[in-house]
Amino acid sequence: MLTHYLSLATKAIFVENMALAFFLGMCSFLAVSRRVETAQGLGLAVIFVLSVTVPLNQLLQVYVLAPGALAWLGLPYVDLGFLGFLVFIGTIAAVTQVVEMVVDRYSPGLYNALGVFLPLIAVNCAILGGALFMRERNYTFAEAAVFGFGSGVGWWLAIIALAAIRERLKYSDVPEGLRGLGITFIVVGLMSIGFMAFSGIQL
Amino acid sequence: MKPLRRALDRVAPHFQKGGRLERLHPLYEAVDTILYTPGRVTRTASHVRDALDLKRMMITVVIAMLPCVVFAMYNTGYQAALAVEAGAPMRETFREALFSAMGLTLASVDVFTCFVFGALYFVPVLIVAFAAGGLVEVIFAIVRGREVAEGFLVTGFLIPLILPPTVPLWQVFVGTVFGVVFGKEVFGGVGMNFLNPALVVRAFLFFAYPSELSGDAVWIAAVTGPDGVSGATPLLLAQTEPERFQLDWMQAFFGFIPGSMGETSTLACLLGAALLVATGIGSYRTMLGVFLGTAALAWLFELVGSETNPLFSLGLEWHLVLGGWAFGTVFMATDPVSSTFTDVGKWIYGFCIGALTVLIRVVNPAFPEGMMLAILFMNIFAPLIDHYVVKAHVRRRLARHGL
Repeated sequence: MLTHYLSLATKAIFVENMALAFFLGMCSFLAVSRRVETAQGLGLAVIFVLSVTVPLNQLLQVYVLAPGALAWLGLPYVDLGFLGFLVFIGTIAAVTQVVEMVVDRYSPGLYNALGVFLPLIAVNCAILGGALFMRERNYTFAEAAVFGFGSGVGWWLAIIALAAIRERLKYSDVPEGLRGLGITFIVVGLMSIGFMAFSGIQL
Repeated sequence: MKPLRRALDRVAPHFQKGGRLERLHPLYEAVDTILYTPGRVTRTASHVRDALDLKRMMITVVIAMLPCVVFAMYNTGYQAALAVEAGAPMRETFREALFSAMGLTLASVDVFTCFVFGALYFVPVLIVAFAAGGLVEVIFAIVRGREVAEGFLVTGFLIPLILPPTVPLWQVFVGTVFGVVFGKEVFGGVGMNFLNPALVVRAFLFFAYPSELSGDAVWIAAVTGPDGVSGATPLLLAQTEPERFQLDWMQAFFGFIPGSMGETSTLACLLGAALLVATGIGSYRTMLGVFLGTAALAWLFELVGSETNPLFSLGLEWHLVLGGWAFGTVFMATDPVSSTFTDVGKWIYGFCIGALTVLIRVVNPAFPEGMMLAILFMNIFAPLIDHYVVKAHVRRRLARHGL
C-alpha cells in the first residue's frame, strides 16, 4: 500500500512533472523565475494550493458532481457533471484567496515580489490541471492528496531549478534577439529533455 | 617557421577593421592563435597570470581521454570480430569495403586488424562530429563577431566516445549541430552554457532516434539479431535474460564488452582520471561523490531485494564497470562548466548523480544505460545546488561574525 503511494508521488514529481512534461502553468513559470527566492515563494504557494484543492475537489467530485453522486440526498438520477469546471475553479479561487491573505500578513516582501502572480494562481492551469487529472484518473481521496502534493512538489522543483539557471545565465552572452523570454523557452525545453530520463519508469 | 609568420602577417590587414575580409576576422584570429602565442596582453584591471589557460586545459582533457580513444578503436573491432566468428554476417557499408580493399580479414586474436576495423568505425564519427561542431562554431563566431573558442575540442572527442559504433553518420551530424547550437552557442559559447553539450547531443539522438541509439543491434559493428548473435550490452542482459549474464568481472573492468565506443573500459577511464586529478582539472570531489552515491543506492537496492527485477541484486562492483559508469564519472560529471562550482556542491552533485544512475538503471527498464541521463539531469540542478551552498555559507559567516 505504502509503495503504491510512494510510486504515485514519484510519478507526479518526476515522470509526469506538471511544468516540464505537460507544460502546464507556463505563464507564472516563465514570469516568476528570475530570482530563486521569489520562485521559491511561488512554488511553495503552488504546493499548498495543489495539495489542498485536489483532495477537496475530489470530495466534491465524488459527493456532488459525478453521475449519481447525489444519491445520499435521495436524488440518484441527477448529474451535475456540467458544473465541473465552475466548481473546481471556485474551490481553487477560495483557497488562493486564503493563501494570498496569509502571505500578505506574514511576508509582505514576498507578497510584493510575487505581485499579480499570487492571485493568478487561481487561474494557473497547473492547479486546474491537477483537479482534472484527478477526475480523469478516478483517484480516491488519499490518492488525490498524494497526487496533489506530488505535482506541487514537481512544479516547485522545476521553477526553482529554472530560477537558479536563469540567475547563472545573467553572465551569459545570449544573442540579442533571444534575450529574456526566448532563451528561457530554450532552457525550459532543454530541462524537459533532462526530465525525460524518467519517462517509462516502472515503480 | 618564419615564412608562416610572414604569410600570416601579409594577409592580416585584409581581416582587420576596414579590410576586405573584415567579417571573416574570427577565422584569421583562430588560425593565428592556434599557431602562435598572441602578442596582446590585458591592459585593464583584473590581470591574471597563469600558465593554465583554456587551451592547455582542453588539451589536458583530450590527453586524458586518449587511452579511451585507443581502446575504443580496438574494442569496436574486437567485438565485431567476436560476433563475426560466432556467425554474424558483416555489415555492408563503405567501411567494410575499405577494410577488405586493404586486404585485411577480421580476426579477434589479431590486435592489429581489430584496431584498423574499429578505427574505420570510430574515425568517421569523429570527423563528422568535428566538421559539424566546427562549422557551427565558425558560423556563430563570424556572424556574432566573436573569437572562435577552443571549447569544441573536448566536446568533439566526447561525442564519438559516447555513441554506439553503428550510429548513422548523418545522425551524428544532426545531433552535433543541435547539441552545439542549443547546448552552447545560444548561451554565448564556452563557459556560458549550463548543460554539457556532448550530453545534449547524446540525449537528443537518444530520444529522437531511439532505434539507432538503443536496443540490441546497435552496440556491435556487425549484423546482429534474434537468430544470430545478440549484441545486447551486459546491463541489458542482466535485466532481460539474467541467466545469460555470464561475464568475467575483469573482462568488464578492462572493457572487452559491447557498449558505446569509448565508455566500456574502466581501466582506460581510471588512467584518464589519474591525470585529471593530478593536474587538478577534474574534481576528485565530484568523482568520489558519484562513487558514494552509487554505493549507497546499490546497497539499498540489494537490501530491499526484488523477486521480479534481477537488477536489484546487481552488486556495487558490477555497477562500477558497466554502462559507461567510469567514463561518465571521469569525463562527463567533472565538466567544470556544467557541474557545480562550489566544493561542497560538488559532493552533493556527485552523490546525486551516482544515486540517480543506479535508480534509472534499476527501475527504468527503458534506459538501462542511465549514466548519461543522470548526469544531464543533475546538470539542470547544479546551479540550484550552488545557490543553496552559497546561501548556507553566507548565513554561517553572518552567524559567526555577527552583524
